[in-house]
Amino acid sequence: MTYVVKPKFHHPELPKNKLGYTHRDYEGAVSTLCAGCGHDSITASIIEACFELSIEPHRVAKISGIGCSSKTPTYFLGNSHGFNSVHGRMPSVLTGANLANRDLIYLGVSGDGDSASIGFGQFAHCLRRGVNMVYIVENNGVYGLTKGQFSATADRGSKSKRGVVNSDSAIDMVGIALQIGASFVARSFSGDKKQLTPLIKAAIEHQGAAFIDVISPCVAFNNHAGSTKSFDYVREHNEAVNFLDFMTGRPPIHVDYAPGTVERVEQHDGTVLTLRKLDAEYDVHDRLAAMSFLHHHADLGQIVTGLLYVERDAEDLHGHLNTVEAPLNALSEKDLCPGAAVLDKINASLR
Amino acid sequence: MKPTDISAPDYFHKVVDCQWACPAHTPVPEYIRLIAAGRYSDAYMINWESNVFPGILGRTCDRPCEPACRRGRVEAEPVAICRLKRVAADFKDDIRARLPKPAARKNGKRIALVGGGPASLAVARDLAPMGYECIVFDQDPQVGGMMRTQIPKFRLPESVLDEECQYILDLGIAFVGGKRIDSMKALLKENFDACFVGCGAPRGRDLDIPGRKEAAKNIHIGIDWLSSVSFGHIDKIGKRVVVLGGGNTAMDCCRSSRRLGGEDVTVVVRSGFEEMKASPWEKEDAMHEDIPIFNFLVPKEFTHDNGRLTGVLFEKVKAEYDAKGRRKLVPTGEPDRHFPCDDVLVAVGQENAFPWIERDCGIAFDKWDMPKVDPKTMASTHPKVFFGGDAAFGPKNIIWAVAHGHDAAISIDRLCRGEDIAVRPPPQINVASQKMGIHEWSYDNEIAPDKRYRVPHRDKVLSLRDIKSEVELGYDIELALKEAERCLNCDVQTVFTGQLCIECDACVDICPMDCITFTQNGDEAELRTRLQAPAQNVTQDLYVANDLKTGRVMVKDEDVCLHCGLCAERCPTGAWDMQKYLIDMTLAEQACQLKA
Ligand SMILES: Cc1cc2nc3c(=O)[nH]c(=O)nc-3n(C[C@H](O)[C@H](O)[C@H](O)COP(=O)(O)OP(=O)(O)OC[C@H]3O[C@@H](n4cnc5c(N)ncnc54)[C@H](O)[C@@H]3O)c2cc1C
Ligand SMILES: Cc1ncc(C[n+]2csc(CCOP(=O)(O)OP(=O)(O)O)c2C)c(N)n1
Ligand code: SF4
Ligand code: SF4
Ligand code: SF4
Ligand SMILES: [Mg+2]
Repeated sequence: MTYVVKPKFHHPELPKNKLGYTHRDYEGAVSTLCAGCGHDSITASIIEACFELSIEPHRVAKISGIGCSSKTPTYFLGNSHGFNSVHGRMPSVLTGANLANRDLIYLGVSGDGDSASIGFGQFAHCLRRGVNMVYIVENNGVYGLTKGQFSATADRGSKSKRGVVNSDSAIDMVGIALQIGASFVARSFSGDKKQLTPLIKAAIEHQGAAFIDVISPCVAFNNHAGSTKSFDYVREHNEAVNFLDFMTGRPPIHVDYAPGTVERVEQHDGTVLTLRKLDAEYDVHDRLAAMSFLHHHADLGQIVTGLLYVERDAEDLHGHLNTVEAPLNALSEKDLCPGAAVLDKINASLR
Repeated sequence: MKPTDISAPDYFHKVVDCQWACPAHTPVPEYIRLIAAGRYSDAYMINWESNVFPGILGRTCDRPCEPACRRGRVEAEPVAICRLKRVAADFKDDIRARLPKPAARKNGKRIALVGGGPASLAVARDLAPMGYECIVFDQDPQVGGMMRTQIPKFRLPESVLDEECQYILDLGIAFVGGKRIDSMKALLKENFDACFVGCGAPRGRDLDIPGRKEAAKNIHIGIDWLSSVSFGHIDKIGKRVVVLGGGNTAMDCCRSSRRLGGEDVTVVVRSGFEEMKASPWEKEDAMHEDIPIFNFLVPKEFTHDNGRLTGVLFEKVKAEYDAKGRRKLVPTGEPDRHFPCDDVLVAVGQENAFPWIERDCGIAFDKWDMPKVDPKTMASTHPKVFFGGDAAFGPKNIIWAVAHGHDAAISIDRLCRGEDIAVRPPPQINVASQKMGIHEWSYDNEIAPDKRYRVPHRDKVLSLRDIKSEVELGYDIELALKEAERCLNCDVQTVFTGQLCIECDACVDICPMDCITFTQNGDEAELRTRLQAPAQNVTQDLYVANDLKTGRVMVKDEDVCLHCGLCAERCPTGAWDMQKYLIDMTLAEQACQLKA
């Protein structure tokens, strides 16, 4: 908890984006989380990503459930739409909002408790349906807000702060997302913004269900020796398969890489991701290979990070349902009540 | 980069931009906090220790601190450091009991001081309480030097000057007024243990152009005229006055003229308005008193009617720059301009003159006929003679005179003790963490967004009526508090301990000014290109620290840090702490106490 008001002054030479905003313009209220919480770094990454993409804040809807992680939308994009829903229900609220207005950018922010315990079903179904959104799980392996009980993503054998060993096996949310049909799947670490920020940008530009599992140490309850979600543990066991370097719309950074290590990934809407491969063998388009790669490395005790899978021709829920282009609130009465003749036609088709 | 050695006395001193820029290194943020706390006498005493003349300087200082003030880099204008000093002087209680007492026992050493200006007075103030017998000689009847004879009373009331000079005289200093020293050789023969030359730069430059001799009756040298005004020998001037020159003397001349009958007073400068030497606030005050300033006009001739001045003729020029960027004023070819007037005040510069120092008495002079003086010790080439103030390196200002005085006092003390004067006492540093509780700090770290507050002025009609009536009224307590809160407390330093850091980035994320970066080390120029925010101000240091688990370094750009303490507040491990570094320059007296 911080009591000092964050001063409005900013660095005089702060870069501005296309809209004339600095990254400070994308902030929200000052965080009330514990000092040092990984979630705050993810907040900073989201701010940076939206700033760099020159997103108009009013075009974003940020939706969350309950938990320290779910509190974070208050701390970024103070001028966006927001809905702090009930525990585990972010996906259904977001799906509804998205169906009503497909023009907004949907940021779903959740925790491992919120999404892997009480909201596990919601998590699965919204990815399965291909809701066009960024689904960020701020994964600390505990229920932070309720004082650090193990969550469903805590690894078997890892130790709680008081020394209790977790005997349940862990849910790997990335594994589930891959299996269930998310069209963009990534994992990153709150302590590595260089990797995380481009992933969030790519996920925002991705048209479809984009899932990012961000390991985010809970400094209050899960940052001790014996934890597998601590800063030290994650830094030691991080196995990055690739880095996203830049995206369309930005001047390319000229860096010389060894041949074969750079891959251009064209997305459905024409945007291009440039992937710097750290593991030359890794293929981001092979869902099956991704899943076995993940399992293989998990067995070695490694945490695989990077862009793990992206579908070439992703489609979203609106495409599946063939819904109208215009947001529902923009439809006129005539569109919504097309008249008796049309009703008769529909009725006839159902007879 | 090498990790920063924060124990080096200058490192954090430089971060306190104002204090670093002050020639006497006054602990500015400390006295501003005391003003905010309503402790005016304490604030006064801190100033008195450092700069000797808080009430005088609070009205007249050239304020080198203000352009340096960090607030000017993060917002539009610096903190009104100078005028807050005046607040301490205006609202203090009787502080006489807190001043040093005259030495109970003299140490048998006699020091002669030539000139009773701020430089000599500062030397005497430092030395007298230690038992030195200080004898100040001045050709004028009263102490104060140019503070008395030049600075007009509407900027510096006599009562303020008298009060602060008296504090010094009360230390048991002998002032010999009306005594001009005519020979250095003779003075040296009197066997003083040391001599300090604080005789100023007493000669006003003249303008030798046609008509100068013929119309001499109404052409006056600015500083001579001002001192005559100050002594009451002159109390009026013609209705139409032209003041030549663009420095602060010109500003005092024109504003004094307005008060002595000048109705149509004009300042004319050779160069451009922007390049004028006068401080911006002096120009502002003059223009506010309906004094226009004309620029790019070079005086050609004083016009006269059989010896009666009729005006000044000027050639119109413009600035041209050669390949090396040097400026030249070249005629524009436009017709000359004539400014009709009744009196002219020539304020085109001031010079040193040492007619009373025989050139063979052991004091070496350089090719500009200035004494050779060591800028650290203020020593001349004569082992017993020291210089300071305007006499040392040409005309400067009061605060430099005071700073020179402190340095000379240290040298004189060391000389009299038989110690090497080249060895200087290090500053005294007092470090204290400001942390009181998890979210409690013992300084006000909330950043006030307020713009600089203006000092209220006396009504113009009233001020112009009386040359002794002070124009600036000073801040009242309420305004002073608001202005004081604009100070960023740059002496409360961000101190980093690498071993404690878990590299969680909380400080990076919270810092409102993007000062902090965790990254791979590199050389400074390259490192500056990849910090969280542009770090182009190379006059400000990068604070580099290692000992991090990932092998990276913490780099903090000191440039625009607000000293808000948010980094320390958000750090879960206490790797950042806010620590107050009180840095006091060691004066002669303290140096001897430290040894005792
Ligand atoms: C018009 C004007 C306005 C100024 N305004 C400001 C201002 O607002 N703020 C500021 O900081 N500075 C100002 N200054 C500059 C400031 O007054 C000087 O820099 C400062 O006073 C220098 O101090 P000093 O001790 O070296 O010498 P001075 O103050 O010049 O004192 C020297 C003294 O030595 C005496 N003396 C000289 N020769 C002899 C001798 N042979 N025997 C005996 N006595 C001798 C002189 O009579 C004089 O009293 C101003 C200067 C002028 C001319
Ligand atoms: C329906 C319901 N059940 C239980 C809770 C209690 N509760 C609040 S937060 C939370 C867990 C949050 O864990 P996570 O999503 O991982 O967030 P974190 O605090 O770790 O970021 C629980 C169980 C609740 N608020 N509502
Ligand atoms: S309890 Fe844990 S998750 Fe919650 S704010 Fe504190 S550190 Fe972050
Ligand atoms: S005190 Fe800390 S948080 Fe505040 S501006 Fe300075 S570095 Fe940033
Ligand atoms: S907040 Fe503290 S522990 Fe975290 S990175 Fe900054 S200094 Fe290190
Ligand atoms: Mg959690």
